[in-house]
Amino acid sequence: MYRFHKLGKMTSTRCAVCKYFRRRCPPDCIFAPYFPHDNPQKFTCVHRFYGASNIGKMLENMSVHQRADAVDSLYYEAKCRIQDPVYGCVGIISTLQRQIQIAQSQLAKAQAEISVLDANFSVAEPVLSLGEPLVQPTGVDHGPDDPFSTWFY
Amino acid sequence: MGSGSSPCASCKLLRRRCAKDCIFAPYFPPDDPHKFAIVHKVFGASNVGKMLQELPVHQRADAVSSLVYEANARMRDPVYGCVGAISYLQNQVSQLQMQIAVAQAEILCIQMQQGPDQLPATHPSMVDCDVKSLLLSGNNTSDFGDQMPQFLSYTSSSNNIIQDPLKRESPWT
Repeated sequence: MYRFHKLGKMTSTRCAVCKYFRRRCPPDCIFAPYFPHDNPQKFTCVHRFYGASNIGKMLENMSVHQRADAVDSLYYEAKCRIQDPVYGCVGIISTLQRQIQIAQSQLAKAQAEISVLDANFSVAEPVLSLGEPLVQPTGVDHGPDDPFSTWFY
Repeated sequence: MGSGSSPCASCKLLRRRCAKDCIFAPYFPPDDPHKFAIVHKVFGASNVGKMLQELPVHQRADAVSSLVYEANARMRDPVYGCVGAISYLQNQVSQLQMQIAVAQAEILCIQMQQGPDQLPATHPSMVDCDVKSLLLSGNNTSDFGDQMPQFLSYTSSSNNIIQDPLKRESPWT
């Protein structure tokens, strides 16, 4: 990758990956669009857990328009793993699943309370009718083939 | 080495001698070759070995389990991996919070209509108790919101914005 210096001279700017490996950065370098030279930490972070070779293979196996998101998600997971070397981002998934269970329980409790209040109101004031409750019983039904199976630790 | 003289799944895949103190052997038994194969495909054996070496022994089993989980998620969704799951679950949490807020506003509404010490029933604001206006006025009495840590949200928007996870509160510290 070449850039024009302000004096009109061409200078080479390697991507962070090629700079890390001290090699020439070709014009069609697969890493260059996603690992710019001014953010070396992004690559060192991802490289630490996945390795440049694996990242390159992953990028090659997907279409170009998906690669930026893929690199960002790998970077996010790598940062989670740095923060929590044992559970990584799986720890976040576990916490979210627990919070969903708590929220479902609270929602069910609130809906039950609405039913009781509605029943009491109907008994006390038979003329008035509140109609259907605003909140219909809903759950978070993942179905039998839930890809995000519960993780507990 | 694994049980008896059988090499562990990692040494079998890598075609090398399984040493007595093989770091992989306790976690990748020979009867489950797929487990190591998928972790090796995503992370690489060398990186997995380094990760395990940096951890105390009693944490390695959980670390391997989480790596297997992440690797499986990445195989299922090569673009987003586990991050897709996090985004999905965060959306569910948001939806549930909203439903709880609506339900609690409705409870408040009903109580205001029923309460004898409240404004007279003939008062137009009480007869026409509006859940929406209660929500907008911030009468949400949900205590769930106080417990909810602030997670970053990952979106697959066209500008590919991901907030720095290190800025969020860590629920496990």
